[in-house]
Amino acid sequence: MTITRSLVPIAGLATGLFAGWVVFPTVLYTTVDQPVQFNHAAHTGNGAGMSCQDCHALGQDGRFAGIPGIHQCAECHEEPIGSSENERRFVEEYVQQNREVPWLVYARQPDNAYFPHVVHVHKAKLACETCHGKHGSSSGLRPYEMNRISGYSRDIWGSSIAGIKSQAWDGMKMDDCISCHSVHNNDRACIDCHK
Amino acid sequence: MRTVTTARSRYGMVIDLDRCTGCGSCTVACSVENNIPPGTENVTERTGITWMRVYEADDGKSFPDTHSVFVPIMCQQCGNETPCMSVCPQNAVEVDPATGIVGQIPERCLGCRYCMAACPYHARYFNWWDPKWPAGMEAAMNPDVAPRMRGVVEKCNFCQSRLHTARERAASTGRTAIDPADYVPACVEACPQRAITFGDLDDSDSFVAALAAGDRAFRFLSRIGTEPKVWYLSSREWVRNLSDRVVARTRKENVRG
Repeated sequence: MTITRSLVPIAGLATGLFAGWVVFPTVLYTTVDQPVQFNHAAHTGNGAGMSCQDCHALGQDGRFAGIPGIHQCAECHEEPIGSSENERRFVEEYVQQNREVPWLVYARQPDNAYFPHVVHVHKAKLACETCHGKHGSSSGLRPYEMNRISGYSRDIWGSSIAGIKSQAWDGMKMDDCISCHSVHNNDRACIDCHK
Repeated sequence: MRTVTTARSRYGMVIDLDRCTGCGSCTVACSVENNIPPGTENVTERTGITWMRVYEADDGKSFPDTHSVFVPIMCQQCGNETPCMSVCPQNAVEVDPATGIVGQIPERCLGCRYCMAACPYHARYFNWWDPKWPAGMEAAMNPDVAPRMRGVVEKCNFCQSRLHTARERAASTGRTAIDPADYVPACVEACPQRAITFGDLDDSDSFVAALAAGDRAFRFLSRIGTEPKVWYLSSREWVRNLSDRVVARTRKENVRG
């Protein structure tokens, strides 16, 4: 009887921990597939040999172009080049109809966060991989995990719900920005990174 | 380990009241630049949002001897004992050490409006409602400025998004300091009279520093010692006297206080 009774709080604690650390993180995110599959590896390196900047350009005035528009894709893909079903669908549904692809951007930050690519690339000399990982050599687009409450991508918080990161690109919260800025920047102000 | 210290500057503004015609271009340009939605039907002087606001004053004489002056008032960017910053319980106001700009952080603001009471210039505004744009106008919003939500205070920040853009330009050409021509707030650019001058007050070569040091220059409520970084110019003595005079307030003004 006493043993059973002492088990109650332990069982409660276990249930609570399980709900908080396993159930909640699973329920918190919903998974959405990208509208079209895209193979970065086929375009970069040993594939077509393009660099990140060929499509994700930094303008003369320092503006970052982000994901290229359909016109840029159409420069090569006006007609399907390869034989993949994905490419055929992409050309028919988007390029030929001159329709932009509603990509789900893994690294999209909230509206109030200001991130200038040019300052990090030109002044701090950071490589794309430092923050974006091996995205450029991936052969497919993983499903986009969206936070059901905030609508933000899971990449912002990071894969570990406890906030423990093993890679620099795993999680891009304000704390992650500050952890680097507190080392490299003497003058820090909110307006440096908020708009 | 590489550590960067940003070039220090102290941005300020000089407004020539002898040139200002009160046309309101600065107010419109400011609202468009900073995603301030148009006032709703039931908005009052107390509840509307106008980061840049043009007041009218006169010399008290009766027609035809009377003279008027238009005074554009925005956040005066106090450089000493910044009243809004010292009262904020949330640390939602800060003075940027690199630029001297008094920044407002809406995400931290809890909406107590203590800063609005503390501000000697009535330059702070509260979002009583979520911002709402007439259909189609959202397409013209500035992507470089985040809209604010209901329940927070906002104010002029010398168009910090334009400072961001200027910094990006500098970085793209490998410069550390920004080109002063790249950083001009929207009101300065919009003024058809070129009554507003903007620049670094600490740069002795800058036009703004020369104007602020001139005989015509004055600041509002200089006696309270907040050291604003916005200067006004007038060669008319009665206008300069407005700056420190304790004037009888109109009923309208009392409502805002």
